[in-house]
Amino acid sequence: LTSLFPLQLDFWLAPRRLGRPVDIRVPFRSLQAVKAHLEASGVSYSIMIEDVQALLDEEQTEMLRSSRQRSVDTATFNYEAYHTIDEIYNFMDMLVAENPNLVSKLEIGRSTENRPLYVLKFSTGGTNRPAIWIDTGIHSREWVTQASGVWFAKKIVQDHANNEGVASILETMDIFLEIVTNPDGFVYTHTTNRMWRKTRSKHAGAICVGVDPNRNWDAGFGDAGASGNSCSETYHGPYPNSEPEVKSIVDFVKSHGNIKAFVSIHSYSQLLLYPYGYTTTPAPDDKELNEVSAKAVAALSSLYGTQFEYGSIITTIYRASGSTVDWTYNQGIKYSFTFELRDTGRYGFLLPAKQIVPTAQETWLALKVIMEHARDNMY
Amino acid sequence: RAMELPPGHFSAARAAAAAVGYLRYLRGGPGCGLRLRELRRARRQDIDDVGHKYYLDLELEDVLDKDRTVSCTAEVLYHLGSKTSAPDVQLTVQGELRSTEEADKEFYNRMRSLEKELVAENIPDSHGNVPPELEPIHLLAWVASGYVIWQNSTENTKFHLAQVKHVQQVKRNDEDLQFDFVLLLHEMVSQ
Repeated sequence: LTSLFPLQLDFWLAPRRLGRPVDIRVPFRSLQAVKAHLEASGVSYSIMIEDVQALLDEEQTEMLRSSRQRSVDTATFNYEAYHTIDEIYNFMDMLVAENPNLVSKLEIGRSTENRPLYVLKFSTGGTNRPAIWIDTGIHSREWVTQASGVWFAKKIVQDHANNEGVASILETMDIFLEIVTNPDGFVYTHTTNRMWRKTRSKHAGAICVGVDPNRNWDAGFGDAGASGNSCSETYHGPYPNSEPEVKSIVDFVKSHGNIKAFVSIHSYSQLLLYPYGYTTTPAPDDKELNEVSAKAVAALSSLYGTQFEYGSIITTIYRASGSTVDWTYNQGIKYSFTFELRDTGRYGFLLPAKQIVPTAQETWLALKVIMEHARDNMY
Repeated sequence: RAMELPPGHFSAARAAAAAVGYLRYLRGGPGCGLRLRELRRARRQDIDDVGHKYYLDLELEDVLDKDRTVSCTAEVLYHLGSKTSAPDVQLTVQGELRSTEEADKEFYNRMRSLEKELVAENIPDSHGNVPPELEPIHLLAWVASGYVIWQNSTENTKFHLAQVKHVQQVKRNDEDLQFDFVLLLHEMVSQ
């Protein structure tokens, strides 16, 4: 048997001497030939493992599962994988515990299904300093965004510890980061429908569940560029801020009163966008926003060559009413931007986990351009 | 009479998506997955009583051969007022696409040697994984979705293949391979 090379037999216990057993792994397509040979030679055999591949698959699953076991600190947390909401919320607590002088966790409200809406605050002190807001995961299926948010949080802490990067920004400004902006939707993408986008609210008279949280803001609410049909992915909801996920941010922004830059992060399409989406009238600061975008996109591209387009929402992607940054801009937050991260459609929402860190790294360079511009052009 | 469009303008991107769908239908296969790398130039012409015609300069790559790019010009004509007819697409590929004869043959032989008809679902999975042996099936789904996307494209749509929900190989008595796909398409404009 050993000399019959085409059979590709793999001896796990090689022939030693007469009377001693031999263990062989037999490839599927050689099974018949081997059985026939053994029977013809009067050699008795028994099957120890029916399907080696099945065992390997099981082991693989088990390994993956155990590598997902809760890490005990943010140093061993796996930034190169997608995580559940519990793992992300646990990460936040660990980050705060490890850096109590820099990071705190705020609960700004509760979702429709009563999940806490958490915002991480990064501050080196002062009182109500001018601030930068970043949110990820407002559309739950855009998994690379929540994953990038986790990476950003760790990056801010690292920069501060090493006195580089955003450490200088933190001297005069605070950073607010909401990582899981739509927790109900996020859980739903894990448990039931990976492609879920909206919130999980059910309003009176609505046939379907969920409101598009990026059409629910009070800027051109209900105009062309959103749907009045609850079954639509762009359903704007019964009225502005009907969604607690949106209202909580509105309340936070209004009561804070000193936010200078607001960035809402989505995927996919590789775009950097600024207001407006609900009207073709250019924003008064269109020229400056365009220049900042050009700089930010160049910085992003410098790392891995990833190409981004940029421009106003309505000219670059589509008309959209009731969107986040149109509202924040109209509140007076001049540096209001929306990102659409990787990719351009090859994987779309299902971006391979190994692209999480490169995506976060390049996006961070663009975010720094925006943050530095806000700091250097205080208004 | 053709108006220059900034390559970042949404109407150019939508026309490019329709052109790429058509191209995948024509030239894609289990060993060839064509992807738009860059939209170099876009022009638009409004033709009275006919419709809107887009002239595009595209830079493409085969995802299995990323070091090489291929240039392509496309003309996409959306017919006036027509909700039901597909845009007319004319494509000219400059230069040669890499030959996939060997890869196609290998795929064909591998499928023919399977004991049972192939069945698979969720390609890619939630985490973006595609097992290497299913990548040719994934690329075949691009071909199939390319046709559907082209047929359903308008100036107000931008389709991408989001996921292969299910694929079932169909048993046949001849030597052809047949696969039934259930595909999830993402339409960007209406989401």
